[in-house]
Amino acid sequence: MRGCVFLLRLAGFVRNRRFVPYNDAMAPVYLDNNATTRPAPEVVEAMLPFLRESFGNPSSTHPLGQAARHAVENARTAVAALINARPQEVFFTSGGTEADNFAILGVLAENPKKRHIVTTAVEHEAVLRLCQRLETQGYRVTWLGVDRLGRLDPAEFEAALRDDTALASVMHANNETGVIFPVERLAQISAARGVPLHVDAVQTVGKIPLDVTAAPISLLSLSAHKLHGPKGAGALYVRRRVRLRSLMMGGHQERDMRPGTENVAAVAGFGRAAELAMATMHDDAPRIARLRDRLEAGLLEQTRGAHVNGDRANRTPNTTNIGFETLEAEAIVITLGENGVCISAGAACASGSLEPSHVLKAMGIDPIIAHGGVRFSLSRYTTESEIDETIHRVPPLLERLRKLMPAAT
Amino acid sequence: MSRLIYLDHNASTPVAAEVVAAMAPFTTEHFGNPHTTHWAGRPGGEAIVRARAQVAELLGCSPAEIVFTGGATEANNHAIKGVFFANRQRGDHFVSTRIEHPSVKAALGYLERRFGATTTYVGVDRFGRVDPAEFEAAITPRTLLISVMHANNETGTVQPVAEIGRMARRRGVLFHTDAAQSVGKLAVRVDELGVDLLSVAGHKMYAPKGIGALYVRQRGRATPIEMDSLIHGAGQEDGRRGGTENVAYIVGLGAACALCGRLEVMVRVRELRDYFWERLRASFGERVALHGHPDERLPNTLNVGFRGAVGAEILSGLEGVAATTGAACHAGQTMLSETLEAMGVDEESGRGAVRWSLGRGTTREELEVVVERLRGVVSDRRQGT
Repeated sequence: MRGCVFLLRLAGFVRNRRFVPYNDAMAPVYLDNNATTRPAPEVVEAMLPFLRESFGNPSSTHPLGQAARHAVENARTAVAALINARPQEVFFTSGGTEADNFAILGVLAENPKKRHIVTTAVEHEAVLRLCQRLETQGYRVTWLGVDRLGRLDPAEFEAALRDDTALASVMHANNETGVIFPVERLAQISAARGVPLHVDAVQTVGKIPLDVTAAPISLLSLSAHKLHGPKGAGALYVRRRVRLRSLMMGGHQERDMRPGTENVAAVAGFGRAAELAMATMHDDAPRIARLRDRLEAGLLEQTRGAHVNGDRANRTPNTTNIGFETLEAEAIVITLGENGVCISAGAACASGSLEPSHVLKAMGIDPIIAHGGVRFSLSRYTTESEIDETIHRVPPLLERLRKLMPAAT
Repeated sequence: MSRLIYLDHNASTPVAAEVVAAMAPFTTEHFGNPHTTHWAGRPGGEAIVRARAQVAELLGCSPAEIVFTGGATEANNHAIKGVFFANRQRGDHFVSTRIEHPSVKAALGYLERRFGATTTYVGVDRFGRVDPAEFEAAITPRTLLISVMHANNETGTVQPVAEIGRMARRRGVLFHTDAAQSVGKLAVRVDELGVDLLSVAGHKMYAPKGIGALYVRQRGRATPIEMDSLIHGAGQEDGRRGGTENVAYIVGLGAACALCGRLEVMVRVRELRDYFWERLRASFGERVALHGHPDERLPNTLNVGFRGAVGAEILSGLEGVAATTGAACHAGQTMLSETLEAMGVDEESGRGAVRWSLGRGTTREELEVVVERLRGVVSDRRQGT
């Protein structure tokens, strides 16, 4: 907390000194799309009827209820299509975190005798904290490490699987670095050992093609708000014949797997977002990757001591994680934020000190770089001029910051 | 076709125009993740603080006592399983009723089947009301939690929650109420009700589906209530509920709560509801029976048994009118609902049960139309059988 307080003071200091005056004329540049994306206008459009005239409960048999039911089922078809699943394999949730909890706790509950889990040291907090908690409840967890580029070794994964392994849970792409794990290969390996594999695909769905029929992935988590859908909707893909217990108990919604009146509007928005992603992904991905590479090249060229964290050859097209030597990630985020460039730090500002992110730590990144590791994440709405503006704006800000705070503590 | 007459507000309400308006900026320009400190996230973070205060204001609690959830089903599961799994060394017994919502019943049933918990299910009288004395008698040294719905979704009967709350407090047992149906229709104040946990459903009170809240008492307690999370994540909701906050919906719930502060509208709804009943009595006489308590009842709910008819057939004959035969969660059933069964409603009247639930927008004219159409439908059925 003390570190956070210091940083907030720094932000105030920066503002008060008019050191880097905030200029309203400067259009903000949003490069934090791995945190959340702007809902597409078409998505908002698709949601509105279900917040207005078409407000029925999908469980009601009258026409108003049935209109809502159709909307939910159409969305299910669209979301299923995006990952080449069958609609009946898709269960809507309140988001990616619930989907992760549903998958992991659901499989464990079905196999109470198996008490071992395989996962990685770089998972999203939803999986990370849940598995840490399960460790306190008598589960043994194997935390697979990654190399300097954030890559996972399939041989290590294979070696970690045991007879009492209930589940393996591996993210598709890392939220901080964008590094993609070979989940198709891991699925083959785990299937051969009879271990279900859960894939947290929150950061890849809608960004890169994903086909659940191409590999025996048992469960896969999706989140609407990472693909220009609304917050409050997600889904869990459950391969046919994979058995799991529901996280909640109640009504018969989602074929008894997820009770609670459906969030019709957000689900409809999710469906529309899936359709849009399907239609645009093919053309958008290379364009976004080009912009990302341009941003990366520009920042590396014009900033001292900047290093890309992660495997540049195998990342989601929209993400770059850059470590700026001797700088403090939160300070960078605040300073850039004050100047209309929205990004995120890998560092968590909750542990009492400014720890570098668990991801960069697991990669063994030199602390002097890891402490200054920040994430730029683009979207289909990112423009070339925004990227140029960022390349123009950021290096001088970092230079000033470096003078203000010469060394990380 | 004429405009749909919607008398199914206990299943789901429309979203108030003010609520949609309040939500709009958070699906467009203020779309940021509230955990980020930059301009895109900050308005969302601030809006959540405001919304939490609005919910707390309506319930008479402090904002820190509100946990936002994906709905009342989640809130009910969180309350019951959360208390159970955090307190297994202390106890394994629940006291509840026979007429709870499926999310309470099924959560309890799950704990019974899988984890050896036991539940004493208290019955109801012919008006659907529980006797507080039965709860006290059911308490054992192993009792962890009493869970009683505030008002029943099917009949609208309001339970003597405050009385049970006083007893629970005296006996040192945690008390949860599912207030999904009562918030926005009655004054729901946590201290008056004496509850430790209370579930709220957005879409029963003119907020959208997909948002709810769980009140978790902090004030007046020496130690926090020991509770497990249902959804583990990145520390949102003070570590109590993981997942990126559904900012727009949270704002919507806050706005809906602000609107619910004005309960005068329910006076009019109650008058219309009573007028509807009078008209049904005048038209059908002894062939209609009221299911539920004559006075201790939600102001908008009228569960009527049409003797000799089948609820579903009545509704299918009433094209353009939305109502329900039982709880929406188990629609399509022709057998007596569990609630009516528990009340000892006679089979003939129970099979002909229709729940009419009025809303803020219901008009006298709409009710006239329904009565008129019912005359045709119900007498047709009688002749047909």
